[in-house]
This record gives sequence, structure tokens and C-alpha cells, in this order.
Amino acid sequence: MDHQQEKVQLFGMWASPYVYKVKWALSIKGVEYEYVEEDLWNKSRQLLKHNPVHKKVPVLVYNGKPVAESDVIVQFIDDVWKGHGGRILPEEPHERAMARFWARFVPDKLSPPIWKWFTTAGGEEQDAAHDAAMEQLRVLEEELAHGGNEFFAGDSVGLVDLSLGALAYVIPMYEEIIGERLVIEERFPSLYAWMGRFLAAPPVKDHLPPMEELKLRFRAIREYFVKNA
Amino acid sequence: MAGEKNVGLVLLDFWVSPFGQRCRIALAEKGLPYEYVEENIMAVKSDRLLRSNPVYKHIPVLLHDGRTITESLIILQHLDQVFPDTRPLLPADPYERAHARFWADYVDKKVYGSGSKMYTEPQMQTNIEMVDILKTLERELGEKEFFGGEHGFGFVDVALIPFTAWFESFDRYSFKKKSFDRYWGVKVAEVAPKLVSWAARCQERESVSNSLYSPEKVYDFAGMMRKDFGIE
Repeated sequence: MDHQQEKVQLFGMWASPYVYKVKWALSIKGVEYEYVEEDLWNKSRQLLKHNPVHKKVPVLVYNGKPVAESDVIVQFIDDVWKGHGGRILPEEPHERAMARFWARFVPDKLSPPIWKWFTTAGGEEQDAAHDAAMEQLRVLEEELAHGGNEFFAGDSVGLVDLSLGALAYVIPMYEEIIGERLVIEERFPSLYAWMGRFLAAPPVKDHLPPMEELKLRFRAIREYFVKNA
Repeated sequence: MAGEKNVGLVLLDFWVSPFGQRCRIALAEKGLPYEYVEENIMAVKSDRLLRSNPVYKHIPVLLHDGRTITESLIILQHLDQVFPDTRPLLPADPYERAHARFWADYVDKKVYGSGSKMYTEPQMQTNIEMVDILKTLERELGEKEFFGGEHGFGFVDVALIPFTAWFESFDRYSFKKKSFDRYWGVKVAEVAPKLVSWAARCQERESVSNSLYSPEKVYDFAGMMRKDFGIE
């Protein structure tokens, strides 16, 4: 594939974890791109033209052709820049299928109870969400421990790591705001170690959101939900 | 299938599952022999199912030489990769692949997302949502014979076709207010005529007609589920 004349744009928003997932994927491949910050309360004509179906970020525009949905974008990046930088999906078919499976586990099973825990006022309901989140974390912990690798599929950041990725900085923030721990080192040693490793990994460490601003944003979100319960 | 090379495929499935049907259609399109195992997921789940899919405990599950692959779209992509000499479902070009994945994801999120409410909601709400979804799919299909375009019947077609059996149920379970019957009911043929023709074209393929059940059967199943959920 001729990468000389290509033009890559990423439409995103500074707080969106899905946008960061794409940024990290582009970083793994060493791709140069133009970043366009969107105001989601006032979406640009360009964004609406590139993603008329969902009208969301992230959208990657490759030589004028838009790709939407972060999971789709990440696999597209792996396809287009095959042979460049790190490998995002494993080569071996069964490992590939498993990577796709675990990548889906995060938004389908893990994120919902974590979000519920964060947006519910203290009490029984919140405790139940906390327990549900712990249960799913246990599943992930087992998977990670069982693999025995630095990251989920090997020694470098891959699809599953990207999918889980934002939680590496989001969970500690939630813990601080709520005043309750979720990923305790003694209970989840592999996950805890993975979180530190992920945030320090080359494709990630220089591409993180502004943490103080994000924390303020999350505080406001929690306040909103607790007040409107 | 006498005389076929045994490629060691077993599919754990449930007759009416649209996700299971996707896998059946894909296997048939690729001419791959497999052992079909009906799992009665409404009753007690078998040990084999629980062992092979401990995380979700649901079908479909593909067993290939003893290893398990779950989630229908993952299974479809796996088949493409492992049996490259069979009819491919996804195109080779990265952008076209992304396009196909996007629309298959749309089916999962939107068609399944909204449509599955017919099992659990007392009245399918206004279904402006479902009308919007059908119109979006209609637009995407456009004048193409199949969603796969020049590649013919492909990934997105397989992803969507099992849900067309739900169209009948959308219509009959939609909220019907006396004076606004036409508006509130989701008359798919009026909202998305090209989609209806597409569905008929798909049904002409043996892989599809052998894998799907009549809309009547799905409607009856939905009725049974709604009773189970205490809705009627």
C-alpha cells in the first residue's frame, strides 16, 4: 500500500475514551494525522457529512473516505498499515477470534456496571453495581493472569488492551471521586500491574487526556446523576 | 453430508436465534459441513455449552477441532480466515471491509437493540426508532442487489437477513392506536420497499431458506416469550 500521498484526519473530542482508543492505534502504527476537535453541542458540517448515521466521534477520514465506530476504525488501521509498527490483532485465527471476543467484553459486560457504580448515589444500588463490576473484573483478571503476558495477547499493546485502555485512568479517577476502591492490588494483581504498564507504554504515554480537566468533568457528571436520581 | 471432508466443525445453536442463523447461513454459503447441535437454552443449559462459553453462556458457539469461537460476527470472520478457499463474506479491500463491519455493527446495535424490545415491552412504543432504522438501511441498500454490492451476497446481508423474520412481528406488535393505525404500526413494506425486495432475493438462496424459519413461527415464539415475561 502506498503511504506516501495519503491524508489522514481524526475527528474527536478531548474527553472521549473511544477517540483515545483510535489515537493509540494510530500511534502503534506511527501514522501521521490531522486531529480535529469537535464541539459535540455544535457538531461541524464535516462531522455530520462523514458520519451521518451516528453523528458521533471518533471518525477517521482516510484520503477523504470516512470510517466510524472505534472498533471498526482500529481494525481498519491494522489492515491499512499492515506491516508497519506493531501488530494490533494477532495473526493466528483462534487468537484473533479471542482478541475480538475480549475486546467486546469490555463495553458489553464490564463498562455498564462500572458506569452504574459511578453514577449512582451511595447505598444499596451502588453497592450492587460495585459488586457486579468486581465480578466482571474477576473474569478479566483470570484471563490476563492465565495468559501470563505483559499485555493481553503478548508483549505489546493490542486490541484488547486498547478496548480496556481508558479504564486504566478512568477507574482511579472514579475511585478518588467516590472515595471507594474498585481495582485493589491484592484482589486484582494482574489487572493492577497491567494498568500501570498500559499508561507507561510507548503508544499511550504521550497520548493521554488532560487529567485535571477530566476529573472536573467526571465530578460534575457524578453530581448531576446523584442529584437527578 | 456424505463424502465431504470432515473439517471438525460443530455449531451449538438454538433454532430461532438470528445469531445462530447467521452462522448456519455462512457455513452453507461456504459449503462447509458441520454438526448442528440444538441447545435448548430456554431450559437447563448443557454442560458442553457452559464449558465452551463460560462468560456469556449463550449460543451460537462454534467448536473447531475442539477450540471454541463465540459471537456470531466473530464466528463469520473466523470462517473467512480459516477457510480462505471458500466463498468469502468480507471483501479484501480494507475500506470496504470497514464499511461492511460498520453496517454489521449497525444491525447488532440498532436492529437487534430496538427489535428485541418486542420481547420485553408491553407495547412496542411508537417505533419511530424502528422506522428510522429501516429507512437508514433502505438508504444504504439503495439500488444494490445485495448490501455486499459488487461482491454479491456478503457479510452485512448475512448479518441482517435473520432479522427480517421479525418484520412480521414488528408490524403486529406495534402500538396500534385506533385512529392512528397507519402511523403507529410499522408497515415495513411501506417504509422500506427495497429492503423487502432484498429480503425476498435473499430467501431465494438455499443457504438462507434452509436456515430461517417462517415469520409466523417467529411471531408465535415472540408471543410465548412475552407471556413468559408476563406481558400478555
